[in-house]
Amino acid sequence: MSELTLTVMRLGFLAVLWLFVIVAVQVIRSDLFGTRVTQRGARRADGGSRPPQQRQQQVQQQPRHQQPQGGGRQRRNAPTKLVVAEGSLAGTTVALQGQTITLGRAHDSTIVLDDDYASSRHARIYPDVDGQWIVEDLGSTNGTYLDRNRLTTPTPVPLGAPIRIGKTVIELRK
Amino acid sequence: MSASNTTTITSIGAPNRRNTELALLLFAVAIPTYAFADAGLAKHGSVPAGLAEYGLGLGFLAGIAHLLVRKFAPYSDPLMLPIATLLNGLGLVLIWRLDQEPSITTPQLGGAMAPKQLIWSALGLALFAGVLVFLKDHRILQRYTYISMFLALLLLVSPIFFPARYGARIWITLPGIGSLQPGEFAKIIITVFFSGYLMVKRDALALASRRFMGLYLPRGRDLGPILVIWAMSMLILVFETDLGTSLLFFGLFVIMLYVATERTSWIVFGLVLSGAGAFVVGSTEPHVKVRVQDWLHPLALQNGGVTETAQSMYAFGSGGLFGSGLGQGYSRLIGGIAPKSDYILATVGEELGLAGLMAILLLYALLIERGIRTALAARDPFGKLLAIGLSGGFALQVFVVAGGVTGLIPLTGMTMPFLAQGGSSVIANWALVAILLRISDTARRPAPAPAPSPDAEATQVVRTQ
Repeated sequence: MSELTLTVMRLGFLAVLWLFVIVAVQVIRSDLFGTRVTQRGARRADGGSRPPQQRQQQVQQQPRHQQPQGGGRQRRNAPTKLVVAEGSLAGTTVALQGQTITLGRAHDSTIVLDDDYASSRHARIYPDVDGQWIVEDLGSTNGTYLDRNRLTTPTPVPLGAPIRIGKTVIELRK
Repeated sequence: MSASNTTTITSIGAPNRRNTELALLLFAVAIPTYAFADAGLAKHGSVPAGLAEYGLGLGFLAGIAHLLVRKFAPYSDPLMLPIATLLNGLGLVLIWRLDQEPSITTPQLGGAMAPKQLIWSALGLALFAGVLVFLKDHRILQRYTYISMFLALLLLVSPIFFPARYGARIWITLPGIGSLQPGEFAKIIITVFFSGYLMVKRDALALASRRFMGLYLPRGRDLGPILVIWAMSMLILVFETDLGTSLLFFGLFVIMLYVATERTSWIVFGLVLSGAGAFVVGSTEPHVKVRVQDWLHPLALQNGGVTETAQSMYAFGSGGLFGSGLGQGYSRLIGGIAPKSDYILATVGEELGLAGLMAILLLYALLIERGIRTALAARDPFGKLLAIGLSGGFALQVFVVAGGVTGLIPLTGMTMPFLAQGGSSVIANWALVAILLRISDTARRPAPAPAPSPDAEATQVVRTQ
């Protein structure tokens, strides 16, 4: 066996060994960013007084460009975020990335409403096939209002229209 | 983060990462196969005869393990199984490569070790499978807290009644079957005991203390357990003349005590106690004294030659940055079966160089990191302590062996997990990985949908009056 082949194999082996280590580290890295963190605006001065509960996960703002899924085309007036405008959660924003947003007092809701007038599973907001955002009341006790009208069927949400749940008001914004 | 800038956290649906594990596992089987071909080419000028069998065999075992993980622990950590497979595969190649040296493969020294090690590895994977299949939930182990204490003590004490081999009484010899190193199994079992015990006693140990000179001094009666464990580890040191086992058990206890109570003073106590004990025993017990002398004066002549420690340092030195290549080193000069067991890292250092040695140590570090990560993610205190204890014990073992071989601390009779020749070690460490996978499966499993009860308070109805 020639000296050259052996040298190439020897260095090649070290290279694959290190490649494995690097791939393994990449797997760990992708594991760290398991949660998406949305910055809350400085709308309320006392916003920071709430204890940070889930801080052990890596805090990482994903600078991903949001695109409503399904429609495939970027609508010109598509909302990019959901903002809580009034109520105890005022200032919370959730990026709209084609996922269904559930609202209610249940702990697994996307936005957990701390509102005595909200039901456990109160309403949901989801994109339809065109990327249009729809709000649907999930049989709540006190109802969900879009502008002044109580919802009875899933209804498209215009940009900036207030969705009222108990004392909480939610808007979709660009 | 500023006060007015809080965040809302939404979790992305956690993938179970089984396909990542499969890809890494294929990689982890390919690397040792490559190493095997490389070693054969360098040693004999031709690809070794058993190459296909070796690659397929390792792949088959790893494939079965992967399928079992997919079935029985679908959310477990994707890195532990590939890393363990890679280390075990590389260990087999290194032992095969050392088997090709006639001077250390004489019948008196036990002949070729690689086939036996392959059987032990297969048995280890069988135990791995058994743990995954039959241990449905790691919290079941909590029921056996005190039983595991007695079992661990029994395993630790039993080698005293058997003759010493290579100067240390850490072996149980069963005539006709072979010998067993019970310390490796006791390591896992005693971790179960420590986790169960500390989970109950942590508050008493953490809170009932007085502050004195910046240290929290625990009450006298709470000091009892640590003194008992210390005395036990000293007895092991005296009667079994094994520095490694004694260091491992005491270190494991101190690590878990620290994690359970968050009191730095336990670490200070532990270091002082073990330092004092090691000093006294090291200066009186002849076997340990020799090891300490070898460590302090590696170049001193013994029986007309330099010590094994010096030989291993020469091996690291001649390896340099990139090593001599597999099969082209001279670690056979260390003598006996030491290069296959205690000094296998010297072969790694000589033939793969600093670059290869660092990669191997990083693989151990990654495995330990995944264990600690599992402990962080675990939701129950018993699982947390068990995961930290198992990975902490593993880390201590790697440190003690690597430190001993590189001359940082006196050499002890422990084996490099997965890499070194030794049946008990490879079997016990596969079981350890299986328990860690079980805990991480529980920890990473997405939370089940909450029962309707947590929000049971009735929603208030708006009254329009």
